[in-house]
Amino acid sequence: MLYRLDLKAVPYVFVAPFFLTFAAFGLFPLIYTGWLSLHRVELGGSAQWKGADNYSSLASSDFFWNALANTFTIGVISTVPQLLMALGLAHLLNYKLRGRGFFRVAVLAPYATSIAAATLVFAQLFNTDYGLINTVLGRAGFDPVAWESSKWPAQIAISTIVTWRWTGYNALIYLAAMQAVPQDLYEAAALDGASRWRQFLSVTIPSIRPTILFTIVVSTIGATQLFGEPMLFGGSVGISGGSGNQFQTLSLLMYEKGWVTGALGQASAIAWVMLLLLLLVGGLRKVVSRLNRNRNRNLARRTRTTAGS
Amino acid sequence: MTRTRDTTTARAPRTGRLRPSAGRQHHAGPLTYVLLGLAALVSLFPLYWNLVAASHTGERVVEAPAPLLPGPRLLDNLSFAWNQVDMGEALVNTTIVAGLVTLSTVLFSTLAGFAFAKLPFKGRGALLALVVATMTIPPQLSVIPLYQIITDLGWVDRLQAVVLPSLVAAFGVFFMRQFLIEALPTELVEAARIDGAHSLRIIWHVVFPVARPAMAVLGMLVFVQAWNDFFWPFIALTPDGNPTLQVALAGLGAGNHTVNQAVVLTGALISTVPLLLVFAVLGKHVVGGITAGAVKT
Repeated sequence: MLYRLDLKAVPYVFVAPFFLTFAAFGLFPLIYTGWLSLHRVELGGSAQWKGADNYSSLASSDFFWNALANTFTIGVISTVPQLLMALGLAHLLNYKLRGRGFFRVAVLAPYATSIAAATLVFAQLFNTDYGLINTVLGRAGFDPVAWESSKWPAQIAISTIVTWRWTGYNALIYLAAMQAVPQDLYEAAALDGASRWRQFLSVTIPSIRPTILFTIVVSTIGATQLFGEPMLFGGSVGISGGSGNQFQTLSLLMYEKGWVTGALGQASAIAWVMLLLLLLVGGLRKVVSRLNRNRNRNLARRTRTTAGS
Repeated sequence: MTRTRDTTTARAPRTGRLRPSAGRQHHAGPLTYVLLGLAALVSLFPLYWNLVAASHTGERVVEAPAPLLPGPRLLDNLSFAWNQVDMGEALVNTTIVAGLVTLSTVLFSTLAGFAFAKLPFKGRGALLALVVATMTIPPQLSVIPLYQIITDLGWVDRLQAVVLPSLVAAFGVFFMRQFLIEALPTELVEAARIDGAHSLRIIWHVVFPVARPAMAVLGMLVFVQAWNDFFWPFIALTPDGNPTLQVALAGLGAGNHTVNQAVVLTGALISTVPLLLVFAVLGKHVVGGITAGAVKT
């Protein structure tokens, strides 16, 4: 009897901690944030039903569109070069190397550095007046760049921090995927006279496409939530994303609305917009991987037909 | 990332090991070494410069051209950061938080991962899909209500406010499930059952021994993440109250204390060095673990 109970109940007992934690700290707050987004609430105050007002006031707010645009541009500047460099780095690490262990640990060291520590160091390196980067640019004959106060330089600097922290990590993920590519694919390509570069483009890249897609999605999710880097990069004006909001992201705007202005309803609406954006990304990914699958199937069919004829 | 079917995600624990000598590998030419050397330099230089800046006076750090070689002030800056800014307390807090979160996440993830991998029960598929789906929900969605809750409970600046929400992670459950589904033979579990072993015995004598390598990898990934976690701790704890290292650094960076940049960067150094030491000592295992943990951000 006790034994049967053990068999039946135990699986639920084992998964319970996750679902209890999620219910308390994930699901309930998620729904409550949705409820808040339909109300006017101030920290410590009572709630007033507002319908979609918070959302429509977002739609007519320049700050919101600015933050959305910044999140997007910083996301692109920090993700695209990062993943391309990670691919190249993985390719290099895939050679037979002396000191492979050193190189791998070295490119992974930034991953061990926290957002806060990395950003504080880079804020000094990017300092307009005395930073090393402007010093080097000056030696090369360039004028000093206003890395914090001008829009694009600031976004590039912030993206550099993100790129620095994650390139090595992504490179190691690509490397693992590259090493799982069957060797005969390369041999066949080599027999057909494909150069190294050609093999990289037509064998390596297609073979690790699922991994690439995976890293794109993960980096996009990270970019959507960007908070600590722009905040600490901006120093005392970090929460507004610089004195002209030139690098205020959605997360920063949400924090500003909730904790500086005290408009919890609006902050909640921003949070929900972020969730919708991520769902959109997830949906896009599904579409892309379905297209990929179809394409692979067609490719396979074509190859088979060619082989048969 | 939300769907279980992703081939990468599903395969990650298996492809995790980097085989030392796959046959097709070509020997690296000089250009490869130059480029890799450059990559290593770019990766390590900011960390080196952090050390340099932490060893000068505040005035020297903000003077052009910036120093490139270590100076004589490291110990002074360390003792200042330790005594005046209380980085010592922050280090203890971070160690407590990261330690508790790691222990609990590894334990609960292993139990849940085992249930999802090897125990038949009603609703298993749907619940697993739910676990995976929760991974896309950004923390921004929950911080406002959570902040209200911890304010009501009087938990602002209490460590439990940052530990409790992280007791177990969807990623960990999924990671352990992926590992155990292949590594743990179902017959082993069944044989133990037939011998009359109850579930706790099976966990202790069958599951843990098999799961140990994956538990170590998961523990390392969770520890790094908990150590460096920023968004929620920044909201739940205050730099001048009872901060973790990251929160204390945020306070320093925002200019809460009128301390010089050398001290700020000494704080950064204190937060980074423990993890870097772990990486340097465990190097190879960490690299293997990262690639095995590719399921994660």
